[in-house]
Amino acid sequence: MNISLGPLLYCWQKQQVSDFYQQVAASNIPLVYLGEAVCSRRRELKWGDYLELAQMLKQAGKDVVISTLALIEAPSEYTELKRQVDNGEFIIEANDMAAVYLAKEHKLPFVCGASINNYNRASLDILARFGMQRFVMPIELSKAWLGQVIQDKPAFEVEVLGHGYLPLAHSARCFTARHKQLTKDSCETICRQYSKGLLAQTQEQQPLLRLNGIQTQSAACLDLRSELADMEQMGVDVFRVSPSSMECIANASALVDSINTPSALQSNTVPLSAEQCNGYWFGEAGLTMQLSE
Amino acid sequence: MELLCPAGNLASLKSAIQAGADAVYLGLKDDTNARSFAGLNFTPDKLQEAAEFTQARGKKIFLTLNTFPKPTEEHRWYQAIDLAAKLGMDALIIADISLLDYAHTHYPQLPLHLSVQASATNLGALNFYKEAFNIARVVLPRVLSMKQVRDLAKVSPVDLEVFAFGSLCIMAEGRCHLSSYVTGQSPNTGGSCSPAKHVRWQEEGQDRLTRLNDVLIDKSTLDEQMGYPVVCKGRYLTDEQDSPSYLLESPTSLNTLSLIPELAKAGIVSLKIEGRQRSPAYVEQVTKVWRQAIDTYLQHPDKFQTQSHWEQALAKVSEGQITTLGAYERNWQ
Repeated sequence: MNISLGPLLYCWQKQQVSDFYQQVAASNIPLVYLGEAVCSRRRELKWGDYLELAQMLKQAGKDVVISTLALIEAPSEYTELKRQVDNGEFIIEANDMAAVYLAKEHKLPFVCGASINNYNRASLDILARFGMQRFVMPIELSKAWLGQVIQDKPAFEVEVLGHGYLPLAHSARCFTARHKQLTKDSCETICRQYSKGLLAQTQEQQPLLRLNGIQTQSAACLDLRSELADMEQMGVDVFRVSPSSMECIANASALVDSINTPSALQSNTVPLSAEQCNGYWFGEAGLTMQLSE
Repeated sequence: MELLCPAGNLASLKSAIQAGADAVYLGLKDDTNARSFAGLNFTPDKLQEAAEFTQARGKKIFLTLNTFPKPTEEHRWYQAIDLAAKLGMDALIIADISLLDYAHTHYPQLPLHLSVQASATNLGALNFYKEAFNIARVVLPRVLSMKQVRDLAKVSPVDLEVFAFGSLCIMAEGRCHLSSYVTGQSPNTGGSCSPAKHVRWQEEGQDRLTRLNDVLIDKSTLDEQMGYPVVCKGRYLTDEQDSPSYLLESPTSLNTLSLIPELAKAGIVSLKIEGRQRSPAYVEQVTKVWRQAIDTYLQHPDKFQTQSHWEQALAKVSEGQITTLGAYERNWQ
């Protein structure tokens, strides 16, 4: 089993992003996804910058995957996607069927991201025929679902988001800009102000959502670190950490260590958030925290 | 331009056809469609009756199979496709690629419409579904601006259907997990968004509390008229605001009457009215207005103006009685 680091879903300043990936390069994390997966209006890093970071990580011995946009609307976004798929060096994580289409056209292998709807084995087998090497389970599915789907060992690898804030939805509307009384077309990339998104609470002060531009995330942090051994046993190939701070690198590194030395898990994991959830994995409402079986 | 209306039961279907719908869409009485509410939808016998009634009047009937088959239960979805083919449905509305594959392989003559739940918003996605499963039409998610719809229509390999009126989903459909995050059930898995069994209203002094699986999603006064409670239309707090507000969207409905000329010029083939869960009276009222509006446009395309009595009639049946152009209007975004 491998540990991966998902793409940064927030809009950080270029220097911060660069520092982040320098640290990742120096870590023991074997698999790294990077690229803008949320909003094409974010221009802190351009495609060339991501490509340079990807090459730097590759030279540091990492497996690198280019993550692509989840919501592709404008023709310009589709044009940019073509450039990314046709980069000649790195495989992509397809987060929309447009990326699946382009990878298939170019006869390139791809990772199918969690935002593409895959709810049964027959669908996954079709995508595998089209070149899918690895599949990231949609976030609302459970351990029981996965167990049924991979009962017969599939030809593709399986990745599960195991730690981080859950990407729950994408919209045409930018909620962060709206909160600041800005329109999307003159958003000033205001999402830069919120390095982990903007927390929204119920009128009873229950943290509920996290506004991240056009993306809505969970307020609570998914934490399936206690399920790592179970996942490995059932045939999960990759456990993903979705980063929201520099500390996430240490967290993911500790998980890499724990795979070799299981006793290391308890002592090395840092609680990164007071509000945690794991309900989806146990077939319950996503925001709930279930006790491990 | 086809007027496509919802039918939650036979009474609604008849209302729609009699009020001027060109086509109706409906679902079976189980979780093969995303409006799996008690008391709604059609048994196989009723579906046959619906097909006969509709087609005898020269209108079309589309079966909605827009959920995703569950492991070990896939056969129920395949059986629904077999049934639709047997009853001579005019098209199937499908989101899942294994179902598209099954229908395309077994019934190549049966037209396939890509459901909005498949969330196809761009040329690449449309090319994918066209080349792999020969879909005839796509239902566009309610996330594109009018300009983006126009741009896509120019290059699309398939016909385009858009949402014209009804409840407003503000997220890319089919990929929204807000409902399952709070309740454990979603349109993709459990058959509906914000299932009624998780909704609870409490009166507390002058306030009405709206809860979804115990999570407080709104607090209103007793006389405020509220829409059906969903997570994206609740009032919440941030650290930067003292009073709660609709951070995502307020309870409004989509109404695109004023866009009829632009949609027609863009080459949109079908205008969809949302609301299989609504009453026959709603279906009749909305269908009548839209029939009149489309006919008025077709008679004098250059002189089209929305009529205030149309808007008033639609506002009466709208959620929260406020309507919006939604994402079609760039400033909404």
